[in-house]
Amino acid sequence: MAEPAPIGSGNDAAVTFDAVVKRFGDVTALNNVSLEIGRGEFMTLLGPSGCGKTTLLKLAAGFLGPDSGAIAIDGQRVNDVPTYKREIGMMFQNYALFPHMNVAENVAYGLKTRHVPRHERDKRVREALALVKLTGMEDRRPRNLSGGQQQRVALARALVINPTVLLLDEPFSALDKNLRASMQIELREIQRKLGLTTIFVTHDQSEALSLSDRMAVMSEGQIRQLGAPLEVYRRPRDRFVASFVGDTNRMRGELVGIASPDAVIALGEMRIKVPSETLSGAQLSAPIDLFVRPEHLRITPAGEPGTIVGKVVTQTYHGGHVDLLIECRACSEDHLLIRSVGDQALLRWPPDTEVGIAIEAEGCAAFPVA
Amino acid sequence: MTPRSTYQRLLGWAGLLVVILILSFLILPAAVVTIAAFNDKAILSFPPQAWSWRWFARALEYQDFRDGFKNGMIVTACSSSIALLVGAMFAFVIDRYQFAFKRVIEGVLVSPLVIPHFTVGLGFLILAAQIGWSRGFAVVVTCHVILVLPFVLRSVYVSLRNLDQSYELAAASLGATPLRVLLTVTLPLLLPGLVSGWLFAAILSFNEFTASLFVTSQRTQTLPVAMYNYVREFADPSMAALSVMYIVGTATLIALANRFLGLGKVLNIEQNS
Repeated sequence: MAEPAPIGSGNDAAVTFDAVVKRFGDVTALNNVSLEIGRGEFMTLLGPSGCGKTTLLKLAAGFLGPDSGAIAIDGQRVNDVPTYKREIGMMFQNYALFPHMNVAENVAYGLKTRHVPRHERDKRVREALALVKLTGMEDRRPRNLSGGQQQRVALARALVINPTVLLLDEPFSALDKNLRASMQIELREIQRKLGLTTIFVTHDQSEALSLSDRMAVMSEGQIRQLGAPLEVYRRPRDRFVASFVGDTNRMRGELVGIASPDAVIALGEMRIKVPSETLSGAQLSAPIDLFVRPEHLRITPAGEPGTIVGKVVTQTYHGGHVDLLIECRACSEDHLLIRSVGDQALLRWPPDTEVGIAIEAEGCAAFPVA
Repeated sequence: MTPRSTYQRLLGWAGLLVVILILSFLILPAAVVTIAAFNDKAILSFPPQAWSWRWFARALEYQDFRDGFKNGMIVTACSSSIALLVGAMFAFVIDRYQFAFKRVIEGVLVSPLVIPHFTVGLGFLILAAQIGWSRGFAVVVTCHVILVLPFVLRSVYVSLRNLDQSYELAAASLGATPLRVLLTVTLPLLLPGLVSGWLFAAILSFNEFTASLFVTSQRTQTLPVAMYNYVREFADPSMAALSVMYIVGTATLIALANRFLGLGKVLNIEQNS
């Protein structure tokens, strides 16, 4: 795995948001957001619609101006710099390829505005199209291209100008699942090869987990957690992040012991040790929400000590892994989701089988009940 | 397919009949005039007893019609072009900017739709007399600009609404100045809307009669006015012949627009893909 790019201190960052506030009428779209994106870093802004991620991207692009706070690209404050003077490459959700121009003209557009001489322009267009594997498509019109090809043109058009930062606004949402996966890999490869600073906006948490160097999980105009995907997945900092990123199960427990750095949660007969940092302020015997990843639950024979009792609802085979839905009294939501791989995935569990469920303390996050 | 009852079948036939009747009704006047145009007799009788092309020749030779056609072309070309320019600018401003009295300005711009043409014509006549404006082409063109402006405005405004703003944002992100965005992205993408607006304006202006009757003089009379003056003195089928040429001319124009731009786009009933 690539090392996450070092996080710059102020002027070393490619893009900096400093205490940015943006309001639309009564709605606060961004509430005092600060974020530094290092050179060459692939930063994902993840969140549900309306969380402010797209607004943040538009501020970077200069489509919007902040109400207060500062935005800097390459160490230069750009609050008052119009979009066309910022060195950005942007890919839109619908690609926004110019329908009245062919592929080559689309890609050449940003070079023409920069008055690049013709022979160099032609050369760079050729190189950019080769990079996205579209050589030979120069004369096609966008409407005669498939969705994947259109996306490649959009990428070539954004890359050919050697932008300081690449801005991606949900570029994969219009593609079907298989194409999406291969385009993601390709995009990430190109991004690494060029060492291109990238801000990627998505509401798809699996996309965020698989692509990012770091990700900022956003909700209600704020960054709820900033970190590498592994860290966000393993150590969610609040309930929102825990439930939004990755599949999870929520169970209701009780705080029975707290001594930094660990706390102990009682779940029926079970005692589970969790990090105490997310439980600050919780009193003993306070109700606690325990979030457990489905791969950290394990099926055991019914009645085994240290487990909770449940009943199989369905078993769904996914090839690489198996998902089991379990009905149990201890969980606050309807069903528990258990995901197993390897030998565990080979076992058959007919509906209504009584089973025991063991929890691996590793994969738990606990928060006081809101 | 489910079997259809007699009742349903009857309803289907009745519906078809109604549609055919309505359509025939729409083209009825044009059909009557077209047939009358080929009447050999010097009266506008229907149906004709003998056939001839001679009224077409007569219409083409008649000096007042020739002048009227020329004047009409001048007025139409000037007024629809000016209306396009003014209307497009207003459409842009209304679509893109928020400002005080926006509704009021919109209302004023489309007001010629509710003010009768003779009122506009009369108003201009009084005004021109008052300020000593000679009844030349300027008065006629100005009057026509006002009458066709709402249609141009509407057409361009609808195209602007349908224009996905991300094209312009993409151009800006690629380093294009606002002027360059306008010239290389916005205007080319708006072209069908602009052409359709111009075309509507041209057809309306060329056919405009009521207001023109007030503001034209013997020297500047447009074709409809010349036709009116003709029909006051004569009642031969040359009027009908002229009407047929009118219809053919307009239809050709629309067919050409359809050929090169697509009628759906020109009439703004089709979304840009």
